[in-house]
Amino acid sequence: MASPSGDPASRVATKAPPSSGARWPDISFRWLALLAALTTAALIVLVGWELYRGSRQAIAQFGLNFLGSSAWDPVTDKYGAWPFIYGTLVSSLIALVIAVPLGVAAALYLTEMAPLQLRQPIVTIIEMLAAVPSVIFGLWGIFVLIPWLRDHLFVWLKHTLGFLPLFQGPIYGVSMLAGGIIIAIMILPIITSVSREILRSVPDLQREAAYALGATHWEVIRIAVLSYARRGLFGAAVLGLGRALGETMAVTMVIGNRPVISASLFAPSYTLASVIANEFTEATTDMYLNALFELGLVLLVVTILVNIVAQLMLRTLSGGASGKVN
Amino acid sequence: MADPIQANPISTRSPVTAPAVAPQAPAAPGVAPLEVAFAIKGFSLWYGANQALYNVAIDIPARSVTAIIGPSGCGKSTFLRALNRMHELTPGTRIAGDLRLFGEDLYAPGIDPTVVRRRVGMVFQKSNPFPTMSIAENVLVGLRLNGVNDRVFLRERLEQALRMAALWDEVKDHLSRPGISLSGGQQQRLCIARALAVQPEVLLMDEPCSSLDPLATAKIEELINDLRSSYTVIIVTHNMQQAARCSNRTAFFYLGKLVEYDQTRTIFMNPSNPQTEAYVSGRFG
Repeated sequence: MASPSGDPASRVATKAPPSSGARWPDISFRWLALLAALTTAALIVLVGWELYRGSRQAIAQFGLNFLGSSAWDPVTDKYGAWPFIYGTLVSSLIALVIAVPLGVAAALYLTEMAPLQLRQPIVTIIEMLAAVPSVIFGLWGIFVLIPWLRDHLFVWLKHTLGFLPLFQGPIYGVSMLAGGIIIAIMILPIITSVSREILRSVPDLQREAAYALGATHWEVIRIAVLSYARRGLFGAAVLGLGRALGETMAVTMVIGNRPVISASLFAPSYTLASVIANEFTEATTDMYLNALFELGLVLLVVTILVNIVAQLMLRTLSGGASGKVN
Repeated sequence: MADPIQANPISTRSPVTAPAVAPQAPAAPGVAPLEVAFAIKGFSLWYGANQALYNVAIDIPARSVTAIIGPSGCGKSTFLRALNRMHELTPGTRIAGDLRLFGEDLYAPGIDPTVVRRRVGMVFQKSNPFPTMSIAENVLVGLRLNGVNDRVFLRERLEQALRMAALWDEVKDHLSRPGISLSGGQQQRLCIARALAVQPEVLLMDEPCSSLDPLATAKIEELINDLRSSYTVIIVTHNMQQAARCSNRTAFFYLGKLVEYDQTRTIFMNPSNPQTEAYVSGRFG
């Protein structure tokens, strides 16, 4: 991956000094760097392989049924991943619905509107949000967020939007929606900072084109900035999704940890990551452990796929929209 | 159809209603056009503490092409951008002096810069069509911003603008293709069509051919020639042949000052200022 960009430069460098004595550090450094790059790539393959090895029994026993089954019964050794897959996907989607508009709006403010001297401090604060340990968010979730949701937001939602199946049923506090909100807060920094980079890459010439037509500030943002950046912003959202899928600690503290599938967002749920973290120590039988390994494998595959999609989208942005102008 | 036109502040005084309308007074070279578009007196401009324009005084006639020449950094682009207040997008600018378009002070308090920019359109050095929009959407985006939705009217304007930009015949069969699918020269003409579609009173061009090959350049110059009878065009250019070929009048800027302003022929054949002579004969710049 590094060689296409590194090649021409190194060729120039090796051609310039005729003495062969200057060449061997070059070559050895190149091999060393290659080794480091390969090690990183090998790690992910190794992780995948180990997860597969650990789950072979379960794969042989349940086959593809594992993905679609809702059973999770350590007593009879029957396992299925569906409630966890569902919980993971839905909580992540809730997080995206909340975090993408917020993150993009924050990025827009930072690139298009904020006074110059205010931009860096805000960026620093948002980046600090990313540095807060997950468990802290979990504690805050349990002691601050959950009571507030239970006593205020959920009550209000049930009252005003109660005709939707999403907002029916008993309110416990710990719930799918609480999990989604916590994840939203945790992926907000990455979505904001990636969106900010995307918006900053919109050429000023695009903005000027709109201004020259007599567009107002908001119209410039709409026709020149957002439409130019839309593919990249989508990539930022997918990158956020990649993070959301794997969030573990804080989610498990607020989501309720029950493998049930309910239409209501007030009902508890469970995610792939949190069930692995919670039940590893209790996995007494081989099959139980195998099932947890297989959940890990599912999570790894889904996360990698989502990240590949995100990277592809972010990459086509730089070559796509702007590349053809000229 | 009357409504959108009324709603559009540009059309009330627009010199052009149809592409084929003959100009009442074709400005023959040498004969000074009567009406003044821009009347500018004592105009100075600062970027922070740096003064970029010094006391510029110039009357730019309507329905003619005025070229602005000068070496890099002489303030010619700054001057052009001040004509539709685009320079205000750069933070920390400040102006002094008097700048009027058809008698109206463009910098008077209460004048909205977005309205100024609708009256004074602009084409940039590099073509900048909106990449997510089709050819037709690119041309019509300015009208849509003004709230024009009448499809018949938009369709007419689309054809009219593309014809004026000498692009109609090349794109009429694929108006829904992306604007950036066109060649470089076509993209620049698309941008000209986009600027013309809102029928501005003046069209500013900031080195519109600097990134184009000679053939595409010739097309744009031809189009400028066609516009001159009905439009006020002000073009900044590095290329003195271009200024000589397609302008009625030429202004020479140097170090932020307007050195000389006269009929193009006079500037190139018989300039009165030695600096102008040195520049147009290629001795510096």
